[in-house]
Amino acid sequence: MNFQDPLFWRAGAVSTTLVMLVVLAFLTIDSYNYISVGGKNVPKYDVINQEIGYRYDWSRREDAPVIGGSQPLFGKAVTEAEATRIMEKGKLVIQSRNCLNCHTFFGNGAYYAPDLTKSWLDPAWSQIWMPMTGKATREDAMVEFLMHPDKYPTWTRAMPNMQLTEDEARATVAYLKWLSAINTNGFPAGFGQAKTQP
Amino acid sequence: MYRSQKLALRYLTAAATLFGVMIVFGLLSSLYYLYPSMLFNVFNFNMSKTMHIDTLVIWLLMGLMGAIYWYLPKELETEVEGIWLAELMFWIFCAAVVVVALVFLFVQYGSSNQFSLWFINQGRKYVEAPRWAAIGITLVMLVFSYNVIATSIKAKRKMTGILWVLVIDLIPLVAVYLDAFPADTNLSTDLYWWWWLVHMWVESTWEVLIGCVMAWVLMDVMGTQRRIVEAWLYIEVMLVLGAGILGLGHHYFWIGTPRYWLSIGGFFSALEPLPLLGMVMHAVYDAGMHRLKTSNQPAYYWITTEAFLNFIGAGVWGFMMTLPQINMFSHGTQWTASHGHFAFYGAYVCGIIAVLYVAKQRVSGVEVLGGNRWKWGYGLLNLGMVGMVMGLLLAGMAQAFYGRAAGGSTLMAFTMASENPWFTSGMYARVGFGFVFAAGYVMLIYDLLTAPRALPRAEPQAQPEPA
Repeated sequence: MNFQDPLFWRAGAVSTTLVMLVVLAFLTIDSYNYISVGGKNVPKYDVINQEIGYRYDWSRREDAPVIGGSQPLFGKAVTEAEATRIMEKGKLVIQSRNCLNCHTFFGNGAYYAPDLTKSWLDPAWSQIWMPMTGKATREDAMVEFLMHPDKYPTWTRAMPNMQLTEDEARATVAYLKWLSAINTNGFPAGFGQAKTQP
Repeated sequence: MYRSQKLALRYLTAAATLFGVMIVFGLLSSLYYLYPSMLFNVFNFNMSKTMHIDTLVIWLLMGLMGAIYWYLPKELETEVEGIWLAELMFWIFCAAVVVVALVFLFVQYGSSNQFSLWFINQGRKYVEAPRWAAIGITLVMLVFSYNVIATSIKAKRKMTGILWVLVIDLIPLVAVYLDAFPADTNLSTDLYWWWWLVHMWVESTWEVLIGCVMAWVLMDVMGTQRRIVEAWLYIEVMLVLGAGILGLGHHYFWIGTPRYWLSIGGFFSALEPLPLLGMVMHAVYDAGMHRLKTSNQPAYYWITTEAFLNFIGAGVWGFMMTLPQINMFSHGTQWTASHGHFAFYGAYVCGIIAVLYVAKQRVSGVEVLGGNRWKWGYGLLNLGMVGMVMGLLLAGMAQAFYGRAAGGSTLMAFTMASENPWFTSGMYARVGFGFVFAAGYVMLIYDLLTAPRALPRAEPQAQPEPA
C-alpha cells in the first residue's frame, strides 16, 4: 500500500461510495414499509374519521399518536377514496400557497411561523380561536381562521390572507388532521403538555 | 482566452449579480422578524424568503458552472466542445431566472391545481421555481454535462484525476435534480425524496464539484503539485460520500421514518466534519509548503478561509445540532438557519469568490494580484457572516429552550419564544450584521470592477519533489 499514490485513495473513494449506496438502497426499501400510506408509521388517509391524540408512551420512551374511536371530520365520515381526494387537494393547497416558506412540517420549512406537525392538536384552537371566531367546533374554527387569518391576529403577528376558498380550507384542515396521526419518533416532544398554556 | 473562459466570465458576472439580489432579499426577510406588519398581504415573508434561498441556489450553481467553464479548457488545453450550445443555454438560463423572479414578485401564488405548480410556484422549499423552469435547469445541466464529457473525450490529452471525479459527479448532478418534480400527496415520502435533492445534491454533489474547483485553484494560485491535490481530492470524496450518504439519515429523524435512522443518522453525520477537517489540514499544509507566497493574494486568502469556515460552519455547527437528542429541540428553529448560513458561506461562497479573483487576475493581466483594497470586502463579509451566525444561534437556542423544550412547540410556545428577549436581541444582531455583510458585498464588487495596481512579481516558491 502506497499512501502517497493518488490511485490508492481513488480505489478507497470508489469502494466506499458504492458500499454506502448499496446500504442506502436497502434502507430505503425498508423505510417504505414505514412511510407509505397505511405503513407502520403513516396511517391511511381515512384516519380523519377517528379521534387522534398524542401521549407519552412509556414503552417507547417518547410521545406517540393515539388513534381513538369515531370522530368524523366536519361530522361526516368519508370513504378511503374520498379521503384520498381530499388529501390530494390539501397537499396542493399547501404547495400552491407556499406554506413551507413561513411554517414547518416535521420541522422542515422556514422558521417564521409555528410548526404544523401536530397543529390539529394545538390547544389554541379551543382556547383562543373557537371563542374568537364564534364557531362551535375545532374544525369550523380552523376553516374560518384559514379563510380570514388577517382578521384574527395573535399578539404582534398575523397570518396573511392566502385567498383560500372554503373547499381549500376544509381540505387543508383534513390534511393537518391526518398529519397529526403520523408517528414521528416523538417529535415534537411534549406537544401541548407544558403549563405555559393560557 | 478560450471562448469557454469568456462564457465563464458571463456566468461569474451573473453569479455575482444574483449574490447581490440574494443579499437584498436576505436583509428584507430579516426585517419581517422586527416589523411583522411590513408589506403585509402585499409581499409576505414567504415570497421574500423564497427569493432569498432560490437566488442563493442559482448564484452558487452559476458560480460553480462558471468556475468549471473557466478551468476546463485550461485542463485539457482545448476549446470546450459544443461551446455555442453552452453560450445559448446561458442566455436561456438568465431569461428563465428573470421570468421566474417576476412571477414570484408579482403573481406569487395560485390556486390549488397543477397549473400553479407548472407555471407559478411549486411550493417545495428550495424548489419553488415552477416546473417549466425546473425542466429548463435540467436542460442547462444536461448541456453542461455534454460540454464536459464531450470535451474530455475529444481532447487528445489523458484524462486527469480531477476530470474523472468531475465527470462521474455529473451523473448525480443531473439524476438527483430530477427529484425537483414529484409532488407526492404523502408528506413522509415527499420529504424522504426531497432530502435527496437537498442533502445529496447540494451537500454532496456540489461538495465534490467545489472540491474539483478548489483543486484547480490551488494549482493555479499556489503552484501545488497535481498528484498532491488529486490525492486530497480522492480522500475528500471518500470521506464526503462515505460519511455523507448515510449522513442523510440526520434528516430522517422525524418525518415518519423508522427509529433506526436515529442511530444511523446520528453516527454518520457525526463523522461528516472529518473531510472538512481534512481540507483544513490540506490548506495549512499547502500554506506552509509555499510559505504563504502566492501570485494572487485575495484568491489565496479566500480559498484558505473556505477551508476553515467550511469546517466550522458545516462541520462544527452541523455537529452541534445533529445528534437526535439535541435535534429534537433544535430542529426547525433559527439554530438551523445559523448552521445553514455558515455552511453555505464556508462551503461554497468563499470558494466562488476565490474563483472571481482568479478570473480578475487573468482579465486585468497583472502578474501579481494583491494590495489592500480587497481586504475591505474580505473583512466585512467575514465579520458580517460571523455576526449573523452568532445572532441566529442566540435566537435559535432561545427557541429551542423556551419554545420547544419548555413550551412544548405549540402556537403559544412559539409566540412566547418569539417574544423572548434572547430571541429578539439575536434578531436585531442578525439585521445589524446583515448590513455589515451587504457593505462587504459592495466593497467586493467595487474591488473586482476596479483595475488593480501593478505589484512587484513574487513567484510562489517551487515545491520540492518528494523523495
